[in-house]
Amino acid sequence: MSAAPPPAPLPVPLGTPATGRTWRKPGFVENAWLRWGILLVLAAYLIYASAAVDLNVARMLRGLPRARDFLLQMFPPDFSRWDLLYTGVLESLQMAVFSTAIGSVLSIPIAIGAATNVAPRPIYLLCRGWISISRTFPEVIIAIFFVKAFGFGPFSGVLTLIVASTGFVGKMLAEDIEDIDNGQVEAIEATGAGWSKMLLYAVFPQVMPRLVGLVVYRLDINLRESTIIGIVGAGGIGGALFNSFLRYEYDFSLAILLVIIALVLVAEWASGVIRERIT
Amino acid sequence: MNAAPHHDWRRHTRKQTLRRFAIELAIAMAVVWAATGLDIYWPFLWDAPPTVLDLARRMLPPDWSFFDNIVPPMIETVNIATLGTILAVFMAFPVAVISARNTTPNAATYWLGRLIVVSSRSVNELVWGLIMVVFFGPGALAGVAAIALRSVGFTAKLLAEAIEEIDRGQVEAIEASGASRPLVFLYGIVPQIMPAFWGVTVFRWDINIRQSSVIGLVGAGGIGIVLNSAMNLFRWDQVTVILIAIFAVVLVSETVSAALRAKYT
Repeated sequence: MSAAPPPAPLPVPLGTPATGRTWRKPGFVENAWLRWGILLVLAAYLIYASAAVDLNVARMLRGLPRARDFLLQMFPPDFSRWDLLYTGVLESLQMAVFSTAIGSVLSIPIAIGAATNVAPRPIYLLCRGWISISRTFPEVIIAIFFVKAFGFGPFSGVLTLIVASTGFVGKMLAEDIEDIDNGQVEAIEATGAGWSKMLLYAVFPQVMPRLVGLVVYRLDINLRESTIIGIVGAGGIGGALFNSFLRYEYDFSLAILLVIIALVLVAEWASGVIRERIT
Repeated sequence: MNAAPHHDWRRHTRKQTLRRFAIELAIAMAVVWAATGLDIYWPFLWDAPPTVLDLARRMLPPDWSFFDNIVPPMIETVNIATLGTILAVFMAFPVAVISARNTTPNAATYWLGRLIVVSSRSVNELVWGLIMVVFFGPGALAGVAAIALRSVGFTAKLLAEAIEEIDRGQVEAIEASGASRPLVFLYGIVPQIMPAFWGVTVFRWDINIRQSSVIGLVGAGGIGIVLNSAMNLFRWDQVTVILIAIFAVVLVSETVSAALRAKYT
């Protein structure tokens, strides 16, 4: 074995940039003026907005002891009123299942109406309008509305979730209908089939798997929302949760929250498993 | 299989048909169970059209003179959403790092990260609002805190997924240069997740605009407070104005968010 040759001397000492310029990490925006401009605007906005919402450290610090008291009162969770908890959760579950079923059925004609390739223009605009209204407003706002119109209880909650479901499923399904393979539509039309036969034999078979996936996904969302809209009186466990806050029974609040979290996690997991299997 | 001289084409085999029938039956039973279990007086349904018409009559025409009163709370709503998002993003960064499998220091930190993500995500913003009102008293501060706490999980979850999907090569290249762990993170990982970061931030901001319009119902600031009081006073003509305003702001934020995401991510 021969000895390794001595390393050749470096042309320039290590650490000296070859071009005479030092490398810098590129900024997140290429243009320096724009970058600093954005940062300046952001800083100005932060100062303004923090002042506008009275976001100051002193006020936050004053919240700390209250936070501690709150947490102390929360533990241990109080499951002693299990029957109340059970009825509420059951009602939420039933609201979710029922409204998903009705909402999905109603969303099919809405989706057909909102797909440019199968619906005439006036119907298209009408259905798109409905979808955008029912999707824009959070469930809770729709719920207040129905509660004012139909009174407290699960009826208002069911209507809320139906409306929200038609917006969600309708929009997604309409997009799927617009994306279908037109060859099948032409094939069915070439047999002399009318519009309804075309829908039944050319459109539905193509979007059915997606529809099932959407419905399962929406069931998951509806279950989440059904535990919340009770806060404004639309049935389900949310009402009990809100009352426990009003009565400062935070240990009961924690019990309800834990049950809701468990329910939401199970629903999310189950919905994920089912959607993976069918699509 | 015996080739019958003539048989009808069927889409499903007998076994498939039975299976489908069983699933359909189970769904039908679940729906019937839900419908009958609910404490609903069904004849109410017949009253629905007149009730809705009556409400519509009270809502129209909108009382546009009320518009000036809703501009400040609407601005507050946008501020709550924006500040809440910024705060959430700052908190989400460390959480994302510990809940991504490839950057978390050990199993304990990984599960801590997952716990934070799950608890933040599965508690609704209205509930976070209720809790924050207990902490900070009613007002926009509670709203900002509620929106931030609710968004941390979502933002951290998506960021962690982006971290898990990075290209190892760049990280190894930086490590090979002898960089320390923070530098590896800063130069090997951060540039790779920046597009996802902006996308998630803007997307969450859009969601938060919508959500911060309701947290006022539990006293956490914004337009929700005005909406609640207008409803309690049965000023339906004012309610219409508020709803139109929320609709417009949400529509604008959705358009802005979609445009930004299409351009930069």
